[in-house]
Amino acid sequence: MSDHKNTHPEEQKLLDGDPDTTGHVWDGIKEFNNPLPRWWLWTLYGTIVWAVVYTVLYPAWPLVNGATPGLLGFSTRENVASDILRFEEMNADLRTQITEVELAAITPDRSPDLYNYAIQGGAATFATWCSQCHGSGAAGVQASGYPNLLDDDWLWGGTIDDIHFTISHGIRNEDDLDAHYSEMTAFEGILSDEEIASVVQYVRNISGQEHDAELASAGETVFLDNCAACHLDDGTGDRFLGAPNLTDAIWLYGGSEEAIEYTVRNSRFGIMPPWSADASPAGRLSEAEIRSVAVYVHSLGGGE
Amino acid sequence: MSATEEPQKLYAAREPVFPKRVSGRFRNLKWLIMLVTLGIYYVTPWIRWDRGPELPSQAVLLDLANRRFFFFWIEIWPHEFYFVAGLLIMAGLGLFLFTSALGRVWCGYSCPQTVWTDLFFTVERWIEGDRNARLRLWNARWDLRKMRLRVTKWVVWLLIAVATGGAWVFYFADAPTLLVQLVTGQAASVAYVTIGILTATTFVFGGFMREQICIYACPWPRIQAAMMDEDTITVAYRDWRGEPRGRGKDRTALGDCIDCNACVNVCPVGIDIRDGQQLECITCALCIDACDDIMAKVGKPRGLIDYMALTDEAHERAGKPTVNVWKHIFRLRTIIYTALWSTIGIGLTVLLFVRSDIDMTVAPVRNPQYVVLSDGSIRNTYDVRIRNMTHDESAFAITLVSDAPFDLELEGQPGNSVSVPLNSTHLQRVYVIAPPESEAAGRERTDFRFWVEDLSTNTRSYTDTTFFGRETE
Repeated sequence: MSDHKNTHPEEQKLLDGDPDTTGHVWDGIKEFNNPLPRWWLWTLYGTIVWAVVYTVLYPAWPLVNGATPGLLGFSTRENVASDILRFEEMNADLRTQITEVELAAITPDRSPDLYNYAIQGGAATFATWCSQCHGSGAAGVQASGYPNLLDDDWLWGGTIDDIHFTISHGIRNEDDLDAHYSEMTAFEGILSDEEIASVVQYVRNISGQEHDAELASAGETVFLDNCAACHLDDGTGDRFLGAPNLTDAIWLYGGSEEAIEYTVRNSRFGIMPPWSADASPAGRLSEAEIRSVAVYVHSLGGGE
Repeated sequence: MSATEEPQKLYAAREPVFPKRVSGRFRNLKWLIMLVTLGIYYVTPWIRWDRGPELPSQAVLLDLANRRFFFFWIEIWPHEFYFVAGLLIMAGLGLFLFTSALGRVWCGYSCPQTVWTDLFFTVERWIEGDRNARLRLWNARWDLRKMRLRVTKWVVWLLIAVATGGAWVFYFADAPTLLVQLVTGQAASVAYVTIGILTATTFVFGGFMREQICIYACPWPRIQAAMMDEDTITVAYRDWRGEPRGRGKDRTALGDCIDCNACVNVCPVGIDIRDGQQLECITCALCIDACDDIMAKVGKPRGLIDYMALTDEAHERAGKPTVNVWKHIFRLRTIIYTALWSTIGIGLTVLLFVRSDIDMTVAPVRNPQYVVLSDGSIRNTYDVRIRNMTHDESAFAITLVSDAPFDLELEGQPGNSVSVPLNSTHLQRVYVIAPPESEAAGRERTDFRFWVEDLSTNTRSYTDTTFFGRETE
């Protein structure tokens, strides 16, 4: 572009040093001065003012024992508390209803809203208070004798009213006379080692597991004399006494020879706390919560 | 820089811009686009569409509370969000395509900032007069007349701004109901806050910030510069033809440019297109209209300022024949963009037509993996979610297909079907039971297929899943 005629006027201005530059030159490259718009500067000042106002109005500066509270008294914790209160008020009707209707009437068909509330609320209560022993999936812990609540075998009955009663009063509670109370004799010292070995094989037999046929047939008499009073002659158990069915595939403490022998010798005493605040001073749950948990547990696949 | 020099200014006040009224082919195109885009924006929420009594009757509705997007006959559920993602990708590719072919055509014609600013300019011109009158008014003292004109203008701007913010919220709720609620003060506070914010941004951006938004706030001018190349059609000045510019009757030593500044006076961003390509230029093409008008008056051919590729300028200067505009537009880049854009577009359209009105997701309950029942059979549990996207309540049958002799039971339902209300999702607990001693009961994994069938329309959908048996030693 040495030909002056073809030099662009803007380029000519540059050659003449006319455009506003910062005066900085590197290897002939000049730095234009492109000043920032002034409103941008005011925006910056605006954000600074905003920040000061914000820290005065809202919790902001961390001190030794917490942050400055701010003039507006804003608190996320209080927001949560008021939200919870608001939802509880919205659910107040459902909570009243759930304590008044018949438990068996809370089904997806007959009262879908109540059923949904019971399932959701029951699941939350279960996770908080029941999952420690029964597991978050309600599958129990066999090694510790916490029953699986998903299967179709129930020690004290699996109708929704049975489940409700068990949750309310617990198992084996001295301070609640209504509580289920099962008591198995520890046969250590009552039965001889041979008798115990034979009755173990008999129980293996009636539950359809591998067993020593000779010992098992000897064990039948031992069973009928000592065990059938609670577990019944055919070994199917008695829910009134909380005596488990010994003929099915489900074992509270395990169905191996070792586990059965341990049970016969030492007995087992599983306990469950009473949850009803009405039934026991130790109870921690309201009637609505207990009913919700009952509906929830009943819906997990084993309900009768 | 020596110490005696005056320190340089780091900040500059905004130079006010007073664009002159202009008419011509591109101005007419811009009027048309303004009419269409503003029309679509303000009218769309009021279009009704009958979907039956249980569903909203608004043609275009973003129902955030119920997580549905209604667009005429199309309904998008949250699990179909890929349609939205696809549309966003198409929008991105579309911008790439238009920018590489036609430069900042989006900025010049259809960007909301441009359209609303153009509308505000029109109001301004209508109340305060054209460029010279507005310049005089700007410099005038604040007397009654100036105040009257300014207040009138601001009130009209504010009304437009309120209508703009107001129209936005109608996309999120039933428009007639919301309008009544808004007027009677019963609408949700979020509606008022949204209207307030959009009113403020429209008023300030369209009335006062204008080109400052394009130059300083918008990232798009920076991105577009990287997408344009020497074949991109853009607004440019035929330097070879116009220079040396100058006024005067004797044109022998001068080019076609009579230096009348018509192109500068109409520019909404306040630049001189004759300085070459500039970041500020939104390619609104009004300078083309202004210059064409002058060229006609002085008896020269139109197009001293024109849409052209940057290579054209060099070509014409060298006296070579100009390249056909379509050759600039159809080149590898634009063809690739078009191909990608169409592929996604066709894909989404096909998906739209093949998608089913019912849908199922199966979440196997793996806590625990299986349950032993008293007779020794093994049970797995599945959380099956059925979506009834039709407009009728219907019974849905759940079945399974497997070589294994599985039994299937539904929690709380006597048979294998469950009723699902229209436009809703139903969560059903489903039990699959393998008989005692069966192969599936003792095997770690058995694959099978769930089918769900809408019993009224016989539409079917399936999901494959796995049954976990008892681990045998």
